Amino acid sequence: MIECKNVSKIYQTTSVETPALKGVSFQIKDGEFVAIMGPSGSGKSTLMHILGALDTPTEGEYFLDGKNVASLSDDELADIRKNKIGFIFQSFNLLPRATVIRNVILPLVYANVVKEEREKKARQALADAGLEETQFDHLSNQLSGGQMQRVAIARALVNDPSLILADEPTGNLDTKTGDIVMGTFQKLNKEQKRTIIIITHEHDVAEYADRIIFIRDGALVEDRENEHKRLGARTK
Amino acid sequence: MKTSDLFQETFLAIIANKVRSGLTILGIVIGIGSVIAMVSIGQGSAKSITDRVESLGTNLLTIMPGSQRGQMVRGGMGSATTLTLEDAEALKTISTVKTVAPTVSSRKQITIKGSNTNTSIYGIDANYFSVKSITLELGIAFSEVQYKSKNKVAIIGPTTRDTLFGENTDPVGQKIRIDGQEYTVIGVSESKGGTGMGSSDDLIYIPLGTAQQYITGSDKLSNISVEVLAADLMDSTEEAISALLLQRHNIASADSADFSIMNQADMLSAMTDMTSTLTLLLGSIAGISLIVGGIGIMNMMLTTVTERTREIGLRKAIGAKRGDISLQFLSEAVTLTFISGIIGILLGWLLSYLVSHFGGITTTISPQSVILAFGVSGAIGIIFGYYPARRAAKLNPIDALRYE
Repeated sequence: MIECKNVSKIYQTTSVETPALKGVSFQIKDGEFVAIMGPSGSGKSTLMHILGALDTPTEGEYFLDGKNVASLSDDELADIRKNKIGFIFQSFNLLPRATVIRNVILPLVYANVVKEEREKKARQALADAGLEETQFDHLSNQLSGGQMQRVAIARALVNDPSLILADEPTGNLDTKTGDIVMGTFQKLNKEQKRTIIIITHEHDVAEYADRIIFIRDGALVEDRENEHKRLGARTK
Repeated sequence: MKTSDLFQETFLAIIANKVRSGLTILGIVIGIGSVIAMVSIGQGSAKSITDRVESLGTNLLTIMPGSQRGQMVRGGMGSATTLTLEDAEALKTISTVKTVAPTVSSRKQITIKGSNTNTSIYGIDANYFSVKSITLELGIAFSEVQYKSKNKVAIIGPTTRDTLFGENTDPVGQKIRIDGQEYTVIGVSESKGGTGMGSSDDLIYIPLGTAQQYITGSDKLSNISVEVLAADLMDSTEEAISALLLQRHNIASADSADFSIMNQADMLSAMTDMTSTLTLLLGSIAGISLIVGGIGIMNMMLTTVTERTREIGLRKAIGAKRGDISLQFLSEAVTLTFISGIIGILLGWLLSYLVSHFGGITTTISPQSVILAFGVSGAIGIIFGYYPARRAAKLNPIDALRYE
């Protein structure tokens, strides 16, 4: 479970203080599918960094599975990211010269999973993300955008995280591929009961989620159930 | 992150940038190779010089005549004729002197039928071979009778033999002409190595009396070799000889002595000093290229860090700690230098082999120089890899991921 209590983030340059988040509070229960929406500059990226334990808030508290992440050190944050969080980036961020399977294995390497387990888990995650088995040994820079996003999803899933965070997951994809990717998220949410948070500035994308949180100028302006839920394309 | 994973990551990263890794390795290889080759040349020549000096005899003092100081014109060392056979006899009275070997020497033209050469003629007495540790390859040494009756017999050096009679021939019994007079070859001395000045391979020995009568025509000596009983008696013996000769020559002060005494040990240490300076010089020139190679590694690692900023950000985002990142980059740098170290040692070994094979210079690869070169390359990897590694590890994952 995720709980933000009055989270603020202020970026300090030499003379100017820029507040990116101004006291945001909300809760997300396990198994929810939430979209965080807002225009660019609204602070949603900053919020994602804090939720993903990439950064700590200047003020306020952030509880992830009951643990206050706000006051942790660099290496402790790395542990949280390793064990509890799966990231999916807008630009996929795959290692270009490594194979698909190697990319997915990477988080397991840092998590000290034994060698024999890694390959098995990685293959399972790739299958869950809907990638064809024939592509597992391709270099990741030989894939299409949609396939890369699937690899990125598999990499996020492989550690069995309690939270999957996706930053503009369809930003680099065409509408049709985006629809397939969103369908995959819905499937993972429904069938595997994974908590998924997507960050987006597009209404179309946000409407795949069960709940939408709107952010503007660093403050939470609306938090509602999504009544007109879109269903993504189903694979398999 | 396990060690085997670290190696795998390192291997993949180095393979991913073959050309750049190759060039970086080349830089260090040249550095280490030249350090090893240079030091081996330096140490080889040091060893050959030491060996040569030692082969000339140990515990040896050589007294050479010289004109008395204070006179208007001073002749070159050895050109004056102030030492006599009586001086040599007198030296035998000093208790710490083991043997005394007076010699006369001169350069003459040697001819045989169909060949000729110009070389040194040494007039020696019965003690000479033992003092100079010279043994014979062929034939026999001069007999007591031959010394006494001033026979025209000769023992020739191996190089002289090669020049006159051809390589590895047996010239015993052949006739040679020295200064127009016929001598019978009765032996060939064993090669002691070395070429040029001071070589005991290219010369002709004849009995002392024979030389004085037919070659120089005077009873003066060219030098007196004195073997001392023990190495620690060298200095005191040198003083005793000096005092005795000054007294015999009626010279009041040692400053105006008409002879000079050369101490083999002093010469050896002077030579050793010279060659170790040479080794140091060669080594430091090569060391500079090693440092340049090290900077090459640092440059490559910094480029790599910059180029892979996003990758570092991603690794951190999926759970890599600072230690994991810095270890990865450090391991890349150390692996590069390690590979370079091995290739460099092989290259250095090959170079010094080629130098000794084709250049005729003795080379010695000492384990120390290999350990040194390897240690330095390891240190270069760690030192020049540490900074880029630390820089990579300290990157903020958010900034790193945004890096374009």
